[in-house]
Amino acid sequence: MASKRPPRVIVTKIGFDGHDRGSRAIAACLRDAGMEVIYTSPWQQISAVVKLAIEEDADVIGISSLATDHLIVPKLMTALREAGLDDVQVIVGGIIPHKDESMLVNSGVAQVFHPGTSLGEVAEQVRILTDKRRGLRGENKHELC
Amino acid sequence: MNSVDARFQQEDLDAGEKRWASEFAKAVQGDATVYNRSGIPIKPLYTPSDRISECYTEQLGYPGQYPFTRGIYPSMHRGRSWSQRQLIGLGVPEDYNARVKDILDLGASALSLLPCNSVFRGYDADEVPIELLGTCGTVINTADDMAVALDGVPIGEVSTAMNDPTPFTLLAFELVVARRRGVPWANITGTSNQSDCISHFVANHMFFRLALQGARRVVVDHIRFCNQQLPNWNPLSIVGQHVQQAGATPAEAMAFTLCSGIQYAEDCIAAGMVPDQFLPRFTFFFDISISFFEEIAKFRAGRRVWARLCRERLGAKDPRSWRFKFHGQTSGVDLTRQQPLNNIARVTIQAAAGIFGGLQSLHTDAYDEALSTPKVDAARIAVATQNILREEANLTDVIDPLGGSYYVEALTDEMERRINEIIEKIDNAGGMYQAVEDGIVQQMIGESALAFQKRIDAGEQTIVGVNAYQIKEDPSVYTSLELPDPERIRAYVQRLTEFKRSRSQTDVQTALSALARSAGDRKLNVFEHVVAAAEAGATHGEICGTLRRELGFGQPLTMV
Repeated sequence: MASKRPPRVIVTKIGFDGHDRGSRAIAACLRDAGMEVIYTSPWQQISAVVKLAIEEDADVIGISSLATDHLIVPKLMTALREAGLDDVQVIVGGIIPHKDESMLVNSGVAQVFHPGTSLGEVAEQVRILTDKRRGLRGENKHELC
Repeated sequence: MNSVDARFQQEDLDAGEKRWASEFAKAVQGDATVYNRSGIPIKPLYTPSDRISECYTEQLGYPGQYPFTRGIYPSMHRGRSWSQRQLIGLGVPEDYNARVKDILDLGASALSLLPCNSVFRGYDADEVPIELLGTCGTVINTADDMAVALDGVPIGEVSTAMNDPTPFTLLAFELVVARRRGVPWANITGTSNQSDCISHFVANHMFFRLALQGARRVVVDHIRFCNQQLPNWNPLSIVGQHVQQAGATPAEAMAFTLCSGIQYAEDCIAAGMVPDQFLPRFTFFFDISISFFEEIAKFRAGRRVWARLCRERLGAKDPRSWRFKFHGQTSGVDLTRQQPLNNIARVTIQAAAGIFGGLQSLHTDAYDEALSTPKVDAARIAVATQNILREEANLTDVIDPLGGSYYVEALTDEMERRINEIIEKIDNAGGMYQAVEDGIVQQMIGESALAFQKRIDAGEQTIVGVNAYQIKEDPSVYTSLELPDPERIRAYVQRLTEFKRSRSQTDVQTALSALARSAGDRKLNVFEHVVAAAEAGATHGEICGTLRRELGFGQPLTMV
């Protein structure tokens, strides 16, 4: 039986933008909620995020996008699939125009968070998505449930 | 009034205040203490007992007079309006040019240029994912691009400010355009926005990954070059906006910014420059949040602290060196995706705070800032907001109209005290470069950001439409800006490739080699060689790449 462990979450930014208030706040909040947070500085390459997800056995990847970097998230989704990480749950938060939300969801993003979402709401969804991922892998749910 | 009368009046006042305090306590049961964003407790009433009126001259003075609490110029907005400087940029140079002409026709008096994030990061368009080109700013990689972007714009007459972090290639491109047109460099006015490398490292990380100490060198060279050759250019814009957007409180943001100002000034002095040469060309750039009175007090206190620092600490003797010139931008952090038209009201209050705070230049955010890059109609409303405040509400009739308010003066004093406390803390840490390398500043910002978010989540800070007064709405009614046509972007990249093929490779290589040598020799001026490289046909990515190799690659200094 797989051991019970808290959700493991990567909080990162891909693309060019460096505004990281949102990603830092989310990372701190998830950490305070008892999760294992792998936080990176902005400007990550898609390949680096995939590598990190493998190395860290991440349940959830949180991408913060404030300046159109969400437009390359579909490329991240493809790269994750190609690496065999279909079960890893990807969430995107920030300034995401309404018309782009369905584009992200169609590419496999589990959920999009818009400005005004509370930190507690994000933490709750990360717990649910962690269970979903572990369910897909036939593992136990996380211990914070 | 004789002394007996004065004493009688004072007793009368004291009795009145006591009576009010008891009546207030009866009327407002269990009144919880209110704090502003900087953590200063706010009383329900301020009275003459909150102010020491004897020190008017030392603490306030008159507009244009030390310590400039009431404004840096004698006439302030009564004499000349602030510059209406809207931040614009999208697509390819042709798109920028069309937008600039539109905004000048609407009454904007100064230009700004927001480059594409690929430019911020120091890459050419042919080095990056095409999806991200021109989506958040204009792609400008060469002097030829700048010639297109500024076509028909009288650059010797209109002030041009470019978001142009180290090594300031956009300014270099503009100087090349000016030379081609026969416009003397001495006529060029404007500001190197985003020239504050410290704020980039600490907060928004929109620089090209030059290591901090390398960027530190280039900034000083840039200031020296501009002081010598561009007498009407402001080479340095010290940015409080980045740290406040990242979560610093208004008092922290002002303090960090002044600390950076001290650091740049001390670097210039160490490089042999004279304070009265460079300080008159230092400028500042701040966020204006919706915390109305706090922002006004922040700016009034900032002016006073900076004047004293320049005179007493940096030894500047020319009054022009003591003036705290600043551009303000209404804060996007306060804007909401929910009920976005409410943002017009928010921006109006923020802009009013900036105007009462005595700014020299203003950008008002568009209401759709939390939805996407602003659409044209939203950007027009933002400009109109400034015109309405000035010409319909007549906010500019009186200079520093809130000066003398018991509350505003008490708050200004308290903000000043807190700003000075933080400056002392940073001094003790070894100055701003050391403090950011040690992560002290980032930690303070992170804590403030999280504390503020928790207040919102707990409902202690109301955000209309977010944690109070919510309504059901259909988000699809707010359409977002159309991104640039991918065909135009592809054509641009093609043009750039052809440009790179057709130019004189020898000229470019010679100029880039000279640039590399200048980076290794402190007796040479790096920025002078950036301009020469731009003139020889080197691209933005090539210039940045050369300096990255010579001065080191940087990583954002960030932490949770």
